[in-house]
Amino acid sequence: MRLKIPTNFRIVRLPCTGKIDIIHILRAFEKGADGLYVVGCMEGDCHFNQGNYRARKRVEQAAKILDQVGVGGERVKMYNLSSGEGPLFAQYSIEMVNKIKEMGPSPVRLAKQKMAKQKKVTAA
Amino acid sequence: MIIAEKKPIEEIIEEVRNFDRILILGCNECVTVCEAGGKKEVEVLASALRMYFITQGKEKIISEHTIERQCDHEYLEEIRKDIDNYDAIVSLACGVGVQFAAEKYLTMPLLPGVNTICLGANEDRGLWTERCQACGSCVLARTGGICPVSRCAKRVLNGPCGGSTNGKCELGPDIDCAWQLILDRLKALGRMDDYEKVAPIKDWSTDRAGGPRTVTREDVNI
Repeated sequence: MRLKIPTNFRIVRLPCTGKIDIIHILRAFEKGADGLYVVGCMEGDCHFNQGNYRARKRVEQAAKILDQVGVGGERVKMYNLSSGEGPLFAQYSIEMVNKIKEMGPSPVRLAKQKMAKQKKVTAA
Repeated sequence: MIIAEKKPIEEIIEEVRNFDRILILGCNECVTVCEAGGKKEVEVLASALRMYFITQGKEKIISEHTIERQCDHEYLEEIRKDIDNYDAIVSLACGVGVQFAAEKYLTMPLLPGVNTICLGANEDRGLWTERCQACGSCVLARTGGICPVSRCAKRVLNGPCGGSTNGKCELGPDIDCAWQLILDRLKALGRMDDYEKVAPIKDWSTDRAGGPRTVTREDVNI
């Protein structure tokens, strides 16, 4: 298909979106990610029956926590598509990357960079 | 099991704001099953706190540890060697665990990370409901296995009150009348004769009214 997708996101493959946990999402942000989206199968089509429903709930919980700590819950999102919908995957990735670009860098990343700079200055 | 609910992160942030080295201490028992204070919740809370304080420009040490039970000496001893590395502990155990840890580590501030709710059962995914109030003198044998003390708001012991309508409590349409449930069960068991028997006055001295309760067992005391 050779579809064009942004290069500034990393794909982490999971056996099923039901494998994702809140801590995986939070850790990504803690390490400096600006945004995260989970792409699961269509609702009702999960091979393991409820994997994508579980993922959606966990994404919602992670979003709530990110809101509470001032990182912004809009930085995480859950998408659903079937494995045959390559163009839609590309569309979602462009949509998410544009949204995150609009929002700007994550406050965690900015604060970490600021701290690192301060440490360098102090060390010098 | 003991049912607890996570405290809002904002409340925990306020509790720990003045400490620089914090240990989030989880418990592998009841609070793990009710998804309030197990290993996973410890990780999530620690991560959330770290992110919050980083964005505030504060560098704090927030560590994680989960022990088998916080209501037992031997498991609480596990953290003794590291305890001096921290200024405060946020315990995600039930009220029992928090207090027991506080008694054990006298000079360490112990902060609760969950609200302890009740003794209950996991009725459905994401639904925990009260089943016991630990009144200290069980009447379940007489009431068909359904507890009028924990499941009836008035704790009446001889049939439903006047507020019972269509099997529901007057407190709300979502609350079952405990005595309706008892009657249904006694009918199913063919024990309706038992319902006619007037219950004697319950001994409430074993309940909370008698002050904090203890169980002493000489037979197991070494």
